[in-house]
Amino acid sequence: MDTRPTFYQEITNMMYATHGDPISTCIQCGTCSGTCPVVEFMDHTPRDLIGMIRADLKDEVLASNTYWYCASCFHCNVRCPAHIDIADLMYTLKRYSIWKNQYPEGLIGPTFAETFVKMILSGGRSYEPVLAPAYIFNYGLQGFLNEALTATGLLLKGRIPVLPPRIKRLDNFRRMVGHIIPASNLVGEAK
Amino acid sequence: MKAYAYFPGCSLEKMALSYHQSALECARRLDLEFQELDDWNCCGTTAYFAIDQLLSYTLSARNLALAEKKKLDMVTPCAGCYKNAYFTNVTLKRDADLAEHINEALKEDDLHYAGTNQVYHLLEVFCNDVGVQEIKKRVTQSLNSLRVAPYYGCQIVRPRKDHEEVENPRYFEDLIAATGATPVEYQLKMRCCGGSLLITSRKAAFSMARNLLQNAMDNGAAVIATACPMCQVNLECYQQQINQEFGARFSVPILYFTQLLGLALGASPKELGFGSELVSASAVLAQIRNKETSTTQSPYIRHATS
Repeated sequence: MDTRPTFYQEITNMMYATHGDPISTCIQCGTCSGTCPVVEFMDHTPRDLIGMIRADLKDEVLASNTYWYCASCFHCNVRCPAHIDIADLMYTLKRYSIWKNQYPEGLIGPTFAETFVKMILSGGRSYEPVLAPAYIFNYGLQGFLNEALTATGLLLKGRIPVLPPRIKRLDNFRRMVGHIIPASNLVGEAK
Repeated sequence: MKAYAYFPGCSLEKMALSYHQSALECARRLDLEFQELDDWNCCGTTAYFAIDQLLSYTLSARNLALAEKKKLDMVTPCAGCYKNAYFTNVTLKRDADLAEHINEALKEDDLHYAGTNQVYHLLEVFCNDVGVQEIKKRVTQSLNSLRVAPYYGCQIVRPRKDHEEVENPRYFEDLIAATGATPVEYQLKMRCCGGSLLITSRKAAFSMARNLLQNAMDNGAAVIATACPMCQVNLECYQQQINQEFGARFSVPILYFTQLLGLALGASPKELGFGSELVSASAVLAQIRNKETSTTQSPYIRHATS
């Protein structure tokens, strides 16, 4: 007998494990979609997406841009009458799609998230200039020039650090991270 | 003098240095002692949760442990750091297994987190611990009815922490009113500015920021006050690009609420980090200095609210 969990079960189990509420209580009212400030840019509304997960439409869900467009503003969360942690659902889908290496092409989100993590592991703090190559080439020439102008403005006002910041006890910090993601590629590359 | 463990967060080191300077200046003038955490690390921001939630909790737990070592409650001016630290604290107190796992990792830096302290956003410390009435008493330089739009943004208000008001909180307005400025009423005060999408989904971010700027302008704001470095960067540093994208002509100063509060408490613009804006705040400073202009309407007003 096939006991492999369905996509719907996988997603709800992931949410249970990380303290999120499951999505089985969704009444498909659409309050999330009506509240979402980014909904016009999503190819499926949050309500749609929940319905699609419950229908086990795995490929369609993972191919959707919806969860990468979530701004983590938590507006849907505070209004959901079923108290579903919808933002956590979007995080769960991001994690799931990164693990499976299955997400829509042409999105900056997945690369950016990984670049960000590597940056933190290398110095313990955030350093904006390191992030630029993860996205700047996706904007086309005009976007590139606009971004360069904005960056120059910030530089002239002394708002961009020249050197990446580093915490003092960086070795301890990296060993601490090693406990959480042992022998991880991310830690290896950071060193 | 009440003391807090102060966690500035990465943005305040450079990009939002004026927030750092003005936060400390306000604290000093309100007789609060802010002790900066020793060797704090990045809180993980929103990008971390996408990859690894456990790691994200661990990063915030290290900062919480550093604060606990000082036996002080933590205060942070960054909305993102606040949300992460607050919910890490709640989660670790609720989940003993997770706390044990993370404490094993913290041992590498001779740290341990028992969960004895609280996490506050700077706005909460000023509005609740000091109190709006007390701040009002200490104002030496009224902001002359300057029309200030209080921008709450997302992560100070949401997710819900207890049973607090999340649809129409008023404490930011009250704080602004205490400085002698006029808080602007506008609908999008808690709508996301799109800051977290700035890099990954720029079109969406610009559209959200445009809507917000337009809504504040339509209701007669002369300046928008923020309590989050991400919002400040999105609304101010990208204002020029937003103008280009939509053929708009926004020229709205976006200041940290501590810069305005600091002026009211008698600090000089220099002490509050003025001068690093990409959208000039000179009109704001002129109105505060010049009482005669106080009765004139904002030059940005498009149509009066009926």
